[in-house]
Amino acid sequence: MIHLITEIVRLLLIIMIAVYTYDSFKALRSNTSERVANRLYRKQTTIVYLTVFCSGLVLYLHTNDQRVIAITAAQSVLFALAMLIYKQIYEYANKPLINNMCMLLAISFLILTRLRIDHAIRQLFMAAAALLITCVIPLLIEKLKLWKRLTYFYAVVGILALGAVAVLGRETYGAKINIKLGPVLLQPSEFVKILLVFFIACMLYQRTDLHQVVITGIITAIMILILVASKDLGSALIFFVTFLVMVYVATQRPIYLLAGLSMMAAASVAGYFLFSHVRTRVLAWKDPLAVVNDQGYQICQSLFAIGTGGWFGSGLFQGMPQKIPVVTTDFVFSAISEELGALFALSMIFICISNFLMFFNIAMQIRDQFYKLIALGLGTVYGIQVFTTLGGVTKFIPSTGVTLPLVSYGGSSILSTMILFAIIQGLYKRAFSEGDLHEKRQKRQKKQKRS
Amino acid sequence: MRRDRRDRRNKRDLEIMDLEEDTRRTGKRRPHARNVEFAVVTYAFLLLFISLCAYFVYFVSFQSEDFINHPSNARLSKLSDTVIRGNITTKDGVVVAKSEIKGEKEVRVYPKGRTYAHVVGYNSNGMAGVELERNFQLLRSHSFFLTRIANDLANKKSQGDTVVTTLDSKLQETAYNGIGSYQGAAVAIDPDTGAILAMVSKPDFDPNTVASSWKSLSSGDNSSSVLLNRATQGLYPPGSTFKMVTALSYLQNGGKMSDTFSCSGALSNNGYTIHCYGGEVHGQQDLTQAFGNSCNVAFATAGLSLEKGELKETAERLLFNRELPTTLSNVKKSSFTLDGVEDKALVMQTSIGQGNTLVTPLHMAVIASAAANNGTVKTVHDIDHIENDNGNLVKSFDHKNSETIMTKEEAKRLRIMMRYVVTNGTGRRLNVSKYRAYGKTGTAEYSSNKRQSHSWFVGFAKKGKKKIAVAVVMEGAGSGSAYAVPLAGRMFDTYLGE
Ligand SMILES: [Zn+2]
Repeated sequence: MIHLITEIVRLLLIIMIAVYTYDSFKALRSNTSERVANRLYRKQTTIVYLTVFCSGLVLYLHTNDQRVIAITAAQSVLFALAMLIYKQIYEYANKPLINNMCMLLAISFLILTRLRIDHAIRQLFMAAAALLITCVIPLLIEKLKLWKRLTYFYAVVGILALGAVAVLGRETYGAKINIKLGPVLLQPSEFVKILLVFFIACMLYQRTDLHQVVITGIITAIMILILVASKDLGSALIFFVTFLVMVYVATQRPIYLLAGLSMMAAASVAGYFLFSHVRTRVLAWKDPLAVVNDQGYQICQSLFAIGTGGWFGSGLFQGMPQKIPVVTTDFVFSAISEELGALFALSMIFICISNFLMFFNIAMQIRDQFYKLIALGLGTVYGIQVFTTLGGVTKFIPSTGVTLPLVSYGGSSILSTMILFAIIQGLYKRAFSEGDLHEKRQKRQKKQKRS
Repeated sequence: MRRDRRDRRNKRDLEIMDLEEDTRRTGKRRPHARNVEFAVVTYAFLLLFISLCAYFVYFVSFQSEDFINHPSNARLSKLSDTVIRGNITTKDGVVVAKSEIKGEKEVRVYPKGRTYAHVVGYNSNGMAGVELERNFQLLRSHSFFLTRIANDLANKKSQGDTVVTTLDSKLQETAYNGIGSYQGAAVAIDPDTGAILAMVSKPDFDPNTVASSWKSLSSGDNSSSVLLNRATQGLYPPGSTFKMVTALSYLQNGGKMSDTFSCSGALSNNGYTIHCYGGEVHGQQDLTQAFGNSCNVAFATAGLSLEKGELKETAERLLFNRELPTTLSNVKKSSFTLDGVEDKALVMQTSIGQGNTLVTPLHMAVIASAAANNGTVKTVHDIDHIENDNGNLVKSFDHKNSETIMTKEEAKRLRIMMRYVVTNGTGRRLNVSKYRAYGKTGTAEYSSNKRQSHSWFVGFAKKGKKKIAVAVVMEGAGSGSAYAVPLAGRMFDTYLGE
């Protein structure tokens, strides 16, 4: 009987997320009428809650653990709170983005409860704390004027934080990523990414001459070198791409983009010949089955999971995701694909893509160059992070060990991503205060009245 | 009032996403339109994401099978909790492996025992053969869904899918009985499709008792290596069957079918002498006659006339030192190492199939099927399709891939020579009216004792549109015409009808 319910829920979850994803792309289209859009958001919200309840039922039937009920209830409250804050209290909030955030968190809690219930509980607390901390950010972004003046403050804090990890950090899987601060394990690079975006925006929003670009480049290079020294190659890549994209858009000179990309290619080749850990990763990427018991172990376990799960997944508790190393963080996508199906996983990728498009969309609307660059930078950080982590676990590119925003387990990851989402919400709010859109709206209304 | 406010808010949601309009407006008002750069970055990212998704879809649809069926994938064992391992049958429906429930336990039974031992394999001790390669499909159930739901509710296992091989039960029996007590291998392929029709390796074992007799089967001092599938993994000196390769290389590098060779029974070069088999003297012959007589002198002469690397190039085009185009795993590569022309003795030996060259019987059958199929090799496979327990198709395999290893013209010339072997040469026993046979015999010396040699036959036969390519090797049996040819003949008889 339990098996039957698991099977039904498995298919139900796939259908629901497919509908949800389809709607989130429909929401991106500009010509949707207001009534339709509203219906869309309500439908999405319903699907989020249904996903929570359906999966909660199956998880409870399999574990018989009271804590699952508590997690399901707490999640619902958390999502209701998030929607209340952003949809009711903040007047201008981007609803599709809130829905997506809740959906991705729901997937995270679902798979973490399946994998390690204690991680799920901690993740839930972290998410709740993050929501409370970040809910004031949109207000701060809108009201405070000092963001543009903290240029070197961002740079110094960022370099110090990364330097501290390089010196004092704990080594996990050969890379120094975490630092222990009392009882908490902090991953500073997750936050420094955001500082970097603010720093570059400060540097380039008024002047974009060579001098300015060079100074920006030097500071960014220092950060990247520290990351390379800590062997945190995934973050190094994210920092570099973010810098490149922001400089290109700010200066409007393709030459920077081309120079940067060729530098990246040269650096990759140099890295391959200089560092054995880079060669190991590339070796495991080229033919993982040939080195299935050493360098290829992680990626093979991931691909065994994705492959065996197939399009429709094995169903919750029917697979063996615990065989995958670091499954709750870097390889969470593989566990999702195994038990919930590749179709489900693919829909999730599309939700991430729709987030990315929404970020860029908002960036394009902003008139103020500083905030425009911030939105662009954060969108880039998000996009490149999603791409490197998913590309890594599916063997599309060599794996670099970064987390999937909002889905992977980890306090730093979830807090920094929620800060990122909150800043975007703040920028969205700003876009209205700039007045431009009010004007546009009035024009539209007039047009409608006439017709 | 409240409703009004909400409406307004939603209105804004929509407007902010109005990409197009904004592009037009800012384009007009601001000299520094940002939208070109935005478009570049957005499309670059979209390209990355779309290729990631496309790759993911490709992986799950096509590439994942290698990973699913990999022995290190622990997940497969879990499937047997809810599924009874499916049957394996021949193409004509003979069950060669099935699972029987004895009390609580599921026992794997092989009704045909030793006859299919190597090709079907066994389901214990690391598994082998079809059991290993199709492990995943055997453990999946596509029974009628209501049956599966009912089983689920009753906590019963569902019947797994049936794997239907391409094997022909009568042909397999013939090949198995034909090798008799000799060690060796026989393999038959349908040249048009690449389907394996029969595959036998000896010495054999009883798959029903693999688990209990594992120690003696796998022990290191078991010099006859019972578990080795000689058809795909046995590396043999090809003997005179290699003259197919030498002949093709000679023709590819300026030689003609009409060139004549004179044989005085022996050829000396640089102090090394080569003799024709059985002390025969063949006199004046063209290439076809030399091929039919398996004249060592003529082929050593042809080999010596080739430039450095030419024979190797032909051999590699014919899939030596390369993976065979096949879905079977654990197939050894044949090896051809001769590169220079300085060592005349080695050149002469290699040209007649001695020297350091080693081949698998499957590879020789593939070369024969290329000759039969105008130079083209189809992907060699042993699974026809997967069906559920009611015989409904679950999955068919599309082996459209093919590789051309010789030109149409070369295949035709090779056929002329192989036909001459049957009409006038060492394979005359196959010269019957009920089908048209082609081939090459071989007697491969494998030790310094000249009397110890493997008996080879490589060839094909056709009747109407029906074709069959075979390779037979019988270890230590002596001359090819005496032992391997009669077995090939029985296989042709069985498959193409008496
Ligand atoms: Zn001769």
